[in-house]
Amino acid sequence: MSDNVTMRIWRGDPEGGEFTDYVLPNVEGEVVLDVIHRIQATDAPDLACRWNCKAGKCGSCSAEINGKPRLMCMTRMDTLPEGAAVTVAPMKTFPIIRDLVTDVSFNYEVAKTVPAFKPGPEPEGGFRMQQIDVERSQEFRKCIECFMCQDVCHVIRDHEENKPKYAGPRFFIRFAELEMHPLDVNDRRELAREGAGLGMCNITKCCTEVCPEHIKITDNAIIPMKERVVDAHYDPVAWLGRKILKRTKKTAQEAAAG
Amino acid sequence: MAEYTTHDYDVVIIGAGGSGLRAAIEAKERGLRVAVVCKSLLGKAHTVMAEGGMAASMGHVWPEDNWQVHFRDTMRGGKMLNNWRMAQIHAMEAPDRVYELERWGALFDRTQDGRINQRDFGGHRYARLAHVGDRTGLELIRTLQQKVVSMDTDVFMECKILKLLPDSEGRISGAVGYMRPTGEMVVFTAKAFILATGSIGKSWTYTSNSWESVGDGHAMAIWAGADVIDMECVQFHPTGMVWPLSVRGILVTEGVRGDGGVLRNSDGKRFMFDYIADMFKAETAKTEEEADRWYDDHINNGRTPDLLPRDEVARAINSEVKAGRGTPHGGVYLDIASRRTPEYIRRRLPSMYHQFMELAGVDITSTPMEVGPTCHYMMGGVRVDPETQAATVPGLFAIGEVSGGMHGANRLGGNSLSDLIVFGRRAGIGAADFAEARTGTPTVDAGEIEAAINAAFAPFGREGGGNPYDVQHELQATMQALVGIIRTGSELEEALVKLEEFKERTSTLTVKGGLAYNPGWNLATDLPSMVTTSIAVAQGALNRKESRGGHTREDFPGPDPEMGKVNFVQRQTAAHGYMAPITIQPEPLPEMPPELRALLEEAH
Repeated sequence: MSDNVTMRIWRGDPEGGEFTDYVLPNVEGEVVLDVIHRIQATDAPDLACRWNCKAGKCGSCSAEINGKPRLMCMTRMDTLPEGAAVTVAPMKTFPIIRDLVTDVSFNYEVAKTVPAFKPGPEPEGGFRMQQIDVERSQEFRKCIECFMCQDVCHVIRDHEENKPKYAGPRFFIRFAELEMHPLDVNDRRELAREGAGLGMCNITKCCTEVCPEHIKITDNAIIPMKERVVDAHYDPVAWLGRKILKRTKKTAQEAAAG
Repeated sequence: MAEYTTHDYDVVIIGAGGSGLRAAIEAKERGLRVAVVCKSLLGKAHTVMAEGGMAASMGHVWPEDNWQVHFRDTMRGGKMLNNWRMAQIHAMEAPDRVYELERWGALFDRTQDGRINQRDFGGHRYARLAHVGDRTGLELIRTLQQKVVSMDTDVFMECKILKLLPDSEGRISGAVGYMRPTGEMVVFTAKAFILATGSIGKSWTYTSNSWESVGDGHAMAIWAGADVIDMECVQFHPTGMVWPLSVRGILVTEGVRGDGGVLRNSDGKRFMFDYIADMFKAETAKTEEEADRWYDDHINNGRTPDLLPRDEVARAINSEVKAGRGTPHGGVYLDIASRRTPEYIRRRLPSMYHQFMELAGVDITSTPMEVGPTCHYMMGGVRVDPETQAATVPGLFAIGEVSGGMHGANRLGGNSLSDLIVFGRRAGIGAADFAEARTGTPTVDAGEIEAAINAAFAPFGREGGGNPYDVQHELQATMQALVGIIRTGSELEEALVKLEEFKERTSTLTVKGGLAYNPGWNLATDLPSMVTTSIAVAQGALNRKESRGGHTREDFPGPDPEMGKVNFVQRQTAAHGYMAPITIQPEPLPEMPPELRALLEEAH
């Protein structure tokens, strides 16, 4: 283990910024966030970064470490190339507030557009569900909202103009979670297609690769949702069925309306 | 004149963890104008750290379970210092609150017959914790967050509240703070305020708490003239990580022991059998064989002593390490690897597996964990009306860790998440009732707003003052050394002298940089909360001349029956505010009705 470590940290605000080097003693067992905290306590008390739990459970401390989106609290220094400076930059997809802190309000705005969970009538003695049936949605509910899947998604990473019509991977798993929830009776397939831009995802799996919770975003959420949307929207029999038969599920618009 | 934006509501909730969000739902359902104000982003509150589950006597695994047994377990776990009515309400209402979460979309793990599964935890007679693997807190906060968002509730994220302000009649009517991304000052006026700001645990060096847990709610309530009780009752969780040093204090869920893990010392001995207090002898296993049979047969066997209440286990670990039977890094071993299959461990405890693998390079399916006590939970807090969570100052309500009484001298694992939803709902109702009944427009004194803003900005212009980080580290070292898990009178007196000095030092800080997202400045504004709550803890600890629950005095090693009949109540009487003294006196506990007392005396 070398004696010192060089941290190359992006400092700046919406007007612009640059990387600044900080050289500190190397301490065994530290994660990137520990080193950031030592810089705050000594050289740069105003170095802005978000963090809360420091245990990979809250998803606050997302940053791009050596160019890759990662949680600072779960990235051990001794897993990074020794001897080279460690670069830490803010997530690129979101507007800068200051230093490593970005304005992630895009995600909170999208969250408001997802029609809420709505259970069917509750049977006498309460709901019953089998473990195997809840596990599909439980996988998506592991999401800690670190927004790194959003950060790495090239549909919005380099295309600001796509944001108004694209919800992004975090919300595709939210749609999938609700769609596969054994009790939910809202139908969000049309909304996922039209409003959320599910069709714009071309399944490069970048989101899956960066997910710190190892959620199989593409395989288990996006692809099944694409299939369900196709079934609902383009199947002529289903189309005719919608026209003729009484629907048991609400449409997305009705769901969105309440 | 200081500049600020004013927002007016009926009910303002400060804090967006489980209790704050649950309160918001209730107040919002009444059709009131409700705002949630939180110091971090929505969904990041400390509730996400809760792992094991929420306790509710639904009886899905053991039909013998009911609210009476849960009440009894809670009171005994709290060493009888609990407010009996809060413990009763909690035990009675917890099942309904859990079922309600399911109606809002929560997906708990299931039993074979498709109902909500329940797991064993320390101090609970029956398997009682509804859970989702070891990420139950995340499930709770996400369910409530999504419900709050679907109700179109106003949320002010990354907003630090500095101070509560009364109207001319003494009703809490305003709160002044700032938006962390910009440093812009804000004032909230409302008919009722609910404090839901969480713990005080950041004042210790080794803690499971995040930067947010500085005791903002406790401190603001004290400065506003409200009573606080049981401030000496701080829970040190027995199992925090001890190595590497940088992760020391991060929580290792009690679920590890609930699912079969056992504590061993460096000799490989299951030492908890040597630490069974008389109070728990009847219900605890006497041999390892009996303890191992208990997992499958709770009726005919005593519980494993690894699952004694947290205060008992934390003290035992402390004693083992002191006696030289600790691990190389100063903890003890928590072993589930030799007792359960790797598949079982990964399925039941996925985030523990992940946490040790990533942070310590330890595979818990093959290697024992090293663990030791870490500051975890605040039992003490604002004295509240058990029915409504109203504080002793009108217009003010407190919930979760900000309120005191529910957990007495020691909280049982799993009783925290259920506390949040039971009393979050009740506070929402209480605050809504108060707001609807309150007449007139809430008004606060502009001079007080101005003074609070000027105090917050003062460190920017000051030359030569202390660095907030240095002061925080020294405060933490003081509390860790002198007001830690084992306390003595002389050290507590020394701590109180030092804490008075910290009052001065935090009033002369110097901060560099600008207003926008400046952590150094943010810390400078958090320090007064840390110092005030630390003083209250040390004063309480000095006055409680006995050992009870989370409060252990080396110079008074046993419980004192007379001390067990009182709460130590602290408040600011003559003058209010950060620099004003806090008085302390014992007051008798509320009298428990005989039918409830009878429940406590039953053997099981």
